[in-house]
Amino acid sequence: MDPECSRLLPALCAVLADPRQPVADDTCLEKLLDWFTAVTEAGSSLLLLQENPCLVELLFHVLKSQDLSSRILSFSLRLAGIFAAQEDCFQYLQQGELLPMLFGEVGPLGGAAWTAPAVRSGWIQGLRTLAQHPSALHFLAACGAVDTIFSLQGDPSLFVASAAGQLLVHILDLVMRGPAEGRRSPQACDWPACAQKIVGHIEDSLCSTDIPQVTQALSVLTTAFGHCHGLWTQGLWVRLSPLVARLLEKDPVPASHSLVDLLLSVARSAPSSDRDLWETLAQTLSHLSPTQAGPLALGILKLQDCFIHRLPKDRRDSWSSPAQSRAGFILRTCSAAFCHLPSGLTLWILGHPVPQVLRTQAFGILLQPLACVLEAAAQAPGPPGLLEGAAADSMMVDTLLSSKSACVGLLCCALAHLGLLQPLPQRPSPWPQAPLLGAAVTILRLCSGSAAPTSDVGGRLCAILVGCGRVQRAALDFLGALSQGTGPQELVTQVFSVLLEYLVSPESSSMVLKKAFQATLRWLLSSPKTPGCCDLDPHTQLFLRELLPVLQKRLCSPCWEVRDSVLEFLTQMTRHCGGQAGFRQALLASEVPELTKQLLRDPESYVRASAVTATGQLSSWGLCATPAIPECPGAQQESLLVELLHILSTDSEGFPRRAVMQVFTEWLRDGHADVAEDAERFVAGVLQAASRDLDWEVRAQGLELALVFLEQLLGQRGSHCPYAVALPETAPPGVLDQALQVLCRVQLFEFAFRALFDCDRPVAQKSCDLLLFLRAKAAPCGSSQEAGDSPNVASVEATLQRWQAGEQGQPLGYLEPGAVVALLRSIDLEGLRDTLAESSDHVEKSPQSLLQDMLAAVGVLGENEADCY
Amino acid sequence: MKLYCLSGHPTLPCNVLKFKSTTIMLDCGLDMNSTLNFLPLPLVQSPRLSNLPGWSLKDGNAFLDKELKECSGHVFVDSVPEFCLPETELIDLSTVDVILISNYHCMMALPYITEHTGFTGTVYATEPSVQIGRLLMEELVNFIERVPKAQSASLWKNKDIQRLLPSPLKDAVEVSTWRRCYTMQEVNSALSKIQLVGYSQKIELFGAVQVTPLSSGYALGSSNWIIQSHYEKVSYVSGSSLLTTHPQPMDQASLKNSDVLILTGLTQIPTANPDSMVGEFCSNLALTVRNGGNVLVPCYPSGVIYDLLECLYQYIDSAGLSSIPFYFISPVANSSLEFSQIFAEWLCHNKQTKVYLPEPPFPHAELIQTNKLKHYPSIHGDFSNDFRQPCVVFTGHPSLRFGDVVHFMELWGKSSLNTVIFTEPDFSYLEALAPYQPLAMKCIYCPIDTRLNFIQVSKLLKEVQPLHVVCPEQYTQPPPAQSHRIDLMIDCQPPAMSYRRAEVLALPFKRRYEKIEIMPELADSLVPMEIKPGVSLATVSAVLHTKDNKHILQPPPRPAQPTGGKKRKRASDDIPDCKVLKPLLSGSIPVEQFVQTLEKHGFSDIKVEDTAKGHIVLLQEAETLIQIEEDSTHIICDNDEMLRVRLRDLVLKFLQKF
Repeated sequence: MDPECSRLLPALCAVLADPRQPVADDTCLEKLLDWFTAVTEAGSSLLLLQENPCLVELLFHVLKSQDLSSRILSFSLRLAGIFAAQEDCFQYLQQGELLPMLFGEVGPLGGAAWTAPAVRSGWIQGLRTLAQHPSALHFLAACGAVDTIFSLQGDPSLFVASAAGQLLVHILDLVMRGPAEGRRSPQACDWPACAQKIVGHIEDSLCSTDIPQVTQALSVLTTAFGHCHGLWTQGLWVRLSPLVARLLEKDPVPASHSLVDLLLSVARSAPSSDRDLWETLAQTLSHLSPTQAGPLALGILKLQDCFIHRLPKDRRDSWSSPAQSRAGFILRTCSAAFCHLPSGLTLWILGHPVPQVLRTQAFGILLQPLACVLEAAAQAPGPPGLLEGAAADSMMVDTLLSSKSACVGLLCCALAHLGLLQPLPQRPSPWPQAPLLGAAVTILRLCSGSAAPTSDVGGRLCAILVGCGRVQRAALDFLGALSQGTGPQELVTQVFSVLLEYLVSPESSSMVLKKAFQATLRWLLSSPKTPGCCDLDPHTQLFLRELLPVLQKRLCSPCWEVRDSVLEFLTQMTRHCGGQAGFRQALLASEVPELTKQLLRDPESYVRASAVTATGQLSSWGLCATPAIPECPGAQQESLLVELLHILSTDSEGFPRRAVMQVFTEWLRDGHADVAEDAERFVAGVLQAASRDLDWEVRAQGLELALVFLEQLLGQRGSHCPYAVALPETAPPGVLDQALQVLCRVQLFEFAFRALFDCDRPVAQKSCDLLLFLRAKAAPCGSSQEAGDSPNVASVEATLQRWQAGEQGQPLGYLEPGAVVALLRSIDLEGLRDTLAESSDHVEKSPQSLLQDMLAAVGVLGENEADCY
Repeated sequence: MKLYCLSGHPTLPCNVLKFKSTTIMLDCGLDMNSTLNFLPLPLVQSPRLSNLPGWSLKDGNAFLDKELKECSGHVFVDSVPEFCLPETELIDLSTVDVILISNYHCMMALPYITEHTGFTGTVYATEPSVQIGRLLMEELVNFIERVPKAQSASLWKNKDIQRLLPSPLKDAVEVSTWRRCYTMQEVNSALSKIQLVGYSQKIELFGAVQVTPLSSGYALGSSNWIIQSHYEKVSYVSGSSLLTTHPQPMDQASLKNSDVLILTGLTQIPTANPDSMVGEFCSNLALTVRNGGNVLVPCYPSGVIYDLLECLYQYIDSAGLSSIPFYFISPVANSSLEFSQIFAEWLCHNKQTKVYLPEPPFPHAELIQTNKLKHYPSIHGDFSNDFRQPCVVFTGHPSLRFGDVVHFMELWGKSSLNTVIFTEPDFSYLEALAPYQPLAMKCIYCPIDTRLNFIQVSKLLKEVQPLHVVCPEQYTQPPPAQSHRIDLMIDCQPPAMSYRRAEVLALPFKRRYEKIEIMPELADSLVPMEIKPGVSLATVSAVLHTKDNKHILQPPPRPAQPTGGKKRKRASDDIPDCKVLKPLLSGSIPVEQFVQTLEKHGFSDIKVEDTAKGHIVLLQEAETLIQIEEDSTHIICDNDEMLRVRLRDLVLKFLQKF
């Protein structure tokens, strides 16, 4: 500990122990604990206590004082835990009988303070930190803490209850991971008494008729299997699985959510060769109600991830696809996690993959609600095995028809679960793409009322689902996810038709419409291209022709969310299809470009921002509104540039201005015709507007634009890959001079230097990077003596210093290229970059500052009396 | 209790309820769909309409070509439009005591009933209903009278001829009863029979029933009615809305505990949500105007137009339409806009509070002030000077058969830049457009009907829990075009009773109680006897006096001294015979104790059998049977009066006498 902190510590302890001086800020105490944790991790706790006796005194004082706040008491318990985590320090504190007084029955446990949840929480956290060594275990046993923890599992405070469960797992793990672990058999009969006690308690809870108690036991076990990787967990499962299985015999199954969590946790950690586990999972799937079984089914189907590392190492190294790399990453992480374990243990986590039968069963559960819908809505009996293994059973039908909330909940979950599975590499194969597409379309039609089911179940489903926004949103999301696969043309036509129906329908809410647009975009982008031709296929073109009148109408919607969604859709469509003749023709024949342009004056700022992006994108592809004056084709385009500049300088909201900056940057990068015509004037105008902007994101985007301009003048920066080693590439002198002249003319330096001292750190950082890049290009190794060569460098430096001090009123004036180069060399850009890289509170974060702040807050430090407090 | 159903139209009802001794007509709706069979009445000479070819039979016979004209494959009657009246033959309408009006749309047939049927009763309605109803009638009369038509077609109505005509004329029902529009004189006379009422006001009808209007939330002054006697309650729900629009919200609580709930006037377009339709209306309006086109909105001069103007007030600036003129053309436009501002107490809370600021409750006042909305009585006069395009015109009539709208349809119909937006749900827009075909202008259908939809009805019924629901037959099955939509029908238990035009329904409940007053002196003479805690009984002998549906028990007159005269007694002097009454018995016989008593009195071999209604005690030796039931005891023995009397006395021991 640094001496200054040691000096401040007694005063701080006095403040903490004084009930008349309450510590106003809880976060200070948290920071203090963090600091003590860091200090004890770095050195001996015993030494710390010996050198700073005020700490032990504080703990004693806390015990004696009657009127201390619960916060300080909680803090002290946690602090004691931090110190006692080291065994020698634990002994030291034990000698003074401090620990029993803090954590035993004579301490806060029996007193009035115990009613405060903060104290109970502090007690648990203190013990959690303390329980790191065998002595701690003896202590826990001696003071009867385990029984208290048992009772705290049902604490009214959820934080306390949850922490109590975690503490139990921690103790169990500590007991079982002792030195005897290697010799200990997985069988539970010879486990230590403490472990026996905890496991016995869990067993009792599992047999209880009180559901909260069962839930607690299941949560503890879930935590144990999720966090503990010792061999003992295997034994634990062998011992407890019959009790868990017995829960399934009850109707309804108690605490089903927790049960599902536990089983998945076990499945993820336990050896998969355990046939009993798979059987339990299969039984659970069949016992739980359709709604409860869904999450378990999804969990089982996702389990495949755990077994990827069974592949031989040589094959793993050659993985190249993103999915394979991800799997490899998982494996490496796993290996790292297990490398410290005794050899052979790694094998323990290896096992057979989930049995196919179980996967089929799980998949069937996810498919069943959709199978049910498909069957109910079918005009005529469909072909058998539409969704194989998932024929609609009567229980599912009953659940679907029991109430609107049950039906909606079940369908939404099924759609969401299947949507999650769809992109996973371990998704069931064969993936029933066509029936799923059919189901999604059918659900959407039932929701819109356009389906006309003939069956009784279908009619009732229709009555339940019609107009249900939640199911519509879920089904549209799912339909969008299915665009990644293919389907028979007839179904794809149906997909587009139902999407169009939703886009047209006035009954579609703005959220549903947004989802419909997103799904439409995904399907349009995934639609197959005509072979040998880069244009859209005829179906898509037909769809577009029907879609554009809808877009026109929606762009005039009184609901701004709708206008915004259309503009976003249009932007994305144009970005991807702007070059395709079919799209261009359809768009230009419609009024969409003109209406989009009109929305630049929309009263809603989000819409204006989206309109800016959309018109920018349209203009990039030459799709902006047709020129008003035919003989002057450039007039309209130029007017768009002027209009966007006008928005940049006058719009009261930040979003449209940010959007304009992004469009301009893109235009400059892509060499938009109007920009390329006179890029210098363009950049000068934009930077001038951006430099005055109050929104830091606009200024930061201005720097991005400046960087693009720089790169165009001086050549690309090095590789964008942060790990690539790039040699500085200087520009040839001729090019450089010219470029610097241009940069000076557009006043890029004034903008960049001003940004360098911007009060918003991201702007300053960006500017710093830009100037560093420029220096690397322009003056890589020149001597700093050149700095004095230019007559106005000194005055510029003086101005910059004033800017740095916050006085940014004075302009920099015209800069000569020479002066710029000199300035770039003279400013310590690297130093500045390092400073900016520190977080803004790095000065205030030091422990010394923390202690001073805490003391100052209660007025102990005299010199701070005149502070703003 | 009977319900006579005079109209089959679910939203334009006309039913007569016979309840106790009263005859109450519930609403007086006029079905104007018949006008769709007629050619439009153009305000300005229309060469297109006047040059339509006459219709001839397949065999070339053209004797109807003066009466019937053909336009784009449809046949129309070239005559003054006529309306389909409620049934007048089902019940003698001169016996109707009162007419209760729910809202201004449901009173359009009033002059036909009050002026031509011998009706002598009273009409009850709220003030806004009367005032706005008057405006609607005035507008209707004006629309029809200002385009006088010399010709009146009647030949086609001949039954033999009608069946030769093409649809829909062939299928038109009861064409012989169709009538021309009433006159302003008849309107004034009909309205003079109205008595104004306020919400929750209790109106006694002949002492027999009490009627009360309740806010229904649909339109200014719109009401549902409670018709109740002391022990029965009938609720009449017609045109109600739970949406937050301009009128006072619906009073649901007062509808609770009804024996019968007559449910009419639900939304005509249950699949269209009014909010979505307003959005659709605004989008299409803006899209048309931005492209330089005009927008025509055929509408009534009151009602949804207030809400539309309010939406546009909020929308036009944001949509950049501030410079576009909005015209409202109706002979009653000015009155309608002004009336809406003065009925503050009939408005929703938000609008009411504005009055205290003071501000006009509706923002259309500001639209008028800023010249964004202009109103004219007709297209003639000032309007032609101010008319500027592109523009938005609100005008009537929504049937497109008469009114200024006909002119705009002729004027703008040829350009695809223009749009007609239908917001009123009363008429099929395709049929309305039929005489204007071929039509280039765009047509948008955004029916805005704020009345209850089936989900709301289902919630309402769950909440108010009537014993029986009665409704038009259309509500008891899904719409014919969407037979799978079982959500678009009334779902309640017991199933709703349905009615159709010209049907008489016996309402499914019997009156069981009547309230009778007892005179104080008679009450004084009663000596109640407590037969069990909280229940006392007394016998009473009195004269029941009934007058004006009030029943009073009076003390019987003292027995008159015999006069000895030979004068013939008048009937009213008859004194009821006051026989010496046997005491009344009450209580029940506990079988076990009764058996024990029998045994004590020497009866043996007693058997007890349980029956559905009580017990049978068998005295086998005495060959006697005692049948004990809830309200009777029979002793059946073989001609042994002594035994019977003995047993009777044993039975009586268990009963109380008074």
